[in-house]
Amino acid sequence: MAEPDDRVLHLAGIRKSYGSGEVESEILHGIDLTLRRGEFAALIGPSGSGKSTLLNLIGLLDRPTNGQLHIDGEDSGQLDDTGLTRLRGQRIGFVFQHHHLIPAFTAEENVAMPLLVARGRPDAEMFARAGRLLDQVGLADRKQHLANRLSGGQQQRVAIARALVTNPSLVLADEPTGNLDTHSADDVFALLRDFNRRQHTTFLIVTHDPRLAARCDRIVELVDGRIVADRPPPAARDTAG
Amino acid sequence: MQSLLIIVGVGVGVAVIVFMSALLSGLQANLIKRTLSSQAHITLLPPEEIARPQQATDATALRLQKQAQRLRAIDQWQTLRDRLETWPEIAAVSPLAAGPAFAVRGEANKAITVVGIEPERYNRVISLAERLTAGQLRLGAGEVVIGIELARDLGAEVGDKLRLSTADGRSDTLTVTGLFDLGNKGVNARNVYVGLRAAQSLLDLVGGVSSIDLALHDLDLAEQLARRIAGETGLTADSWIKTNAQFVTALTSQRVSSNVIRFFIALSVAFGIASVLVVSVIQRGKEIGILRAMGATQAQMRRIFLLQGGIVGFFGSLLGSALAWSFLMLWQLLARNPDGTPMFVIGVEPGLVALAAGGASLVGILSALLPARRAAQLDPVVAIRG
Ligand SMILES: Nc1ncnc2c1ncn2[C@@H]1O[C@H](COP(=O)(O)OP(=O)(O)OP(=O)(O)O)[C@@H](O)[C@H]1O
Ligand SMILES: [Mg+2]
Repeated sequence: MAEPDDRVLHLAGIRKSYGSGEVESEILHGIDLTLRRGEFAALIGPSGSGKSTLLNLIGLLDRPTNGQLHIDGEDSGQLDDTGLTRLRGQRIGFVFQHHHLIPAFTAEENVAMPLLVARGRPDAEMFARAGRLLDQVGLADRKQHLANRLSGGQQQRVAIARALVTNPSLVLADEPTGNLDTHSADDVFALLRDFNRRQHTTFLIVTHDPRLAARCDRIVELVDGRIVADRPPPAARDTAG
Repeated sequence: MQSLLIIVGVGVGVAVIVFMSALLSGLQANLIKRTLSSQAHITLLPPEEIARPQQATDATALRLQKQAQRLRAIDQWQTLRDRLETWPEIAAVSPLAAGPAFAVRGEANKAITVVGIEPERYNRVISLAERLTAGQLRLGAGEVVIGIELARDLGAEVGDKLRLSTADGRSDTLTVTGLFDLGNKGVNARNVYVGLRAAQSLLDLVGGVSSIDLALHDLDLAEQLARRIAGETGLTADSWIKTNAQFVTALTSQRVSSNVIRFFIALSVAFGIASVLVVSVIQRGKEIGILRAMGATQAQMRRIFLLQGGIVGFFGSLLGSALAWSFLMLWQLLARNPDGTPMFVIGVEPGLVALAAGGASLVGILSALLPARRAAQLDPVVAIRG
């Protein structure tokens, strides 16, 4: 058994319902899941199975109806909205299917944004850091480009740099390659994997692409709001990808 | 782009408000200046002469009527004059001896008001010296300054002799040293200025004065101050506000109606800003969501939109002030007296611009309150998914 402080994410009996009374419908029916530092996990499952719902709960964007959710050992149930916001800002990075960059800002400014949000005022260090991350995602020569002047793959790479700039313990990616062609998707995926290996950042990646899922350490499968499988990828696929 | 449009919108609103305010205050200042060119801000009279609020525009006329029977003097006027001169609100104090008389020259005979003054003091209340059209303000023994209207009636010019006589038979012959035009036909026909001593002996008021004229630093305080002086001295104190009650009421209602217009312009500007910001909150939903996902607090989101409202208001007001300034320049170019001089001088005061900028920024922030609340309360999950 690993040490408890090794657990970046710990879910116990998480349930989520929408609506109330007669129209109440439960989407997640008791999820138990633990992710340890440096894990690189895929979350797969059919459409409507509750993957995004689960990711939003983990990302503290929403609260579970029931169950316990710990991030880096901190019990989210004990926190008010301000506390959740703080924990989210410090520990979690998001990558969405759509990059959600702010078009009026440059790539570098977009990457520095989470630091600006955390610190309240701009400083040279945050831009230096944003610049380094853009170097790492291969956009050294695009730092001063406006976000809406970049290609889809480049924008998603900026979004990844942005998710990583605060040095989060856990990066949540909801179909990060869903909008990209196969080639760009491979690049972006490789980038995530690279960060995971070098910085031991924990990743939870929702994907519909079995080829990409096969390149993760672990595949969690969700069907109808329940985890039906949680296993390493088949070794055969691992080398094929 | 949208922000630019709304800044222009705010600018136009602010321009209209600033332009209106400047025009109105210019106009009113001009009217007041004309009214007060021949009138003191406060006139002190002996206690028995109870002045009722009059429709008459002129305190002198009032005095003339009342004093027809018997002239009354103000007691201890030198002491009072010296005391009033030390009041910080009072700019100038001028004792006068005034009463009815006739001006006679050859066949011509006119009813007039003899006004005995100390020229330097009087000149600080009513700028007589500036309003001379001929000669100079010299009121030594045997010297008189008359209005252009009376001069025409009597056919008198500077250097001519003139005889003043009162109903009870005293008279004096004086030389005209100057002609004035105080911008009021009645005053120009009626007021005859002589030295204080000459008037005192003509009017049988030896050593006394019949009234004291005051000039104030702040016109608007005239009525309050008049009451205070009346209370402290027991004299009757008439402020220009009271003697021109109708005129002042007209000015006030003009100001009120312009305030109403300004209020509604400000209101429509506020609605404009608010609606643009509401749209922008909806359009930027995804950006708001992602900022929240990054750890931006609700308070931070609110601040962004409040700031945006304030910035739109502020820059709009700068643009508006510039616009208003150009309108005013244009107005002064177009609105001219028949003789080609500007009808009246108006300018955009820095104070007004500062007020407009502050006011518009505040309106901007206030109108951003609701959109900012919406932005803060946006559910990031919905925003990002939508
Ligand atoms: N705010 C909500 N109110 C009511 N129902 C919701 C809400 N959000 C999601 N759902 C429902 O929850 C279920 C799971 O949705 P979710 O988006 O988590 O699925 P998903 O696995 O991410 O699907 P996909 O692969 O298509 O993205 C769906 O049936 C959806 O209609
Ligand atoms: Mg989904």
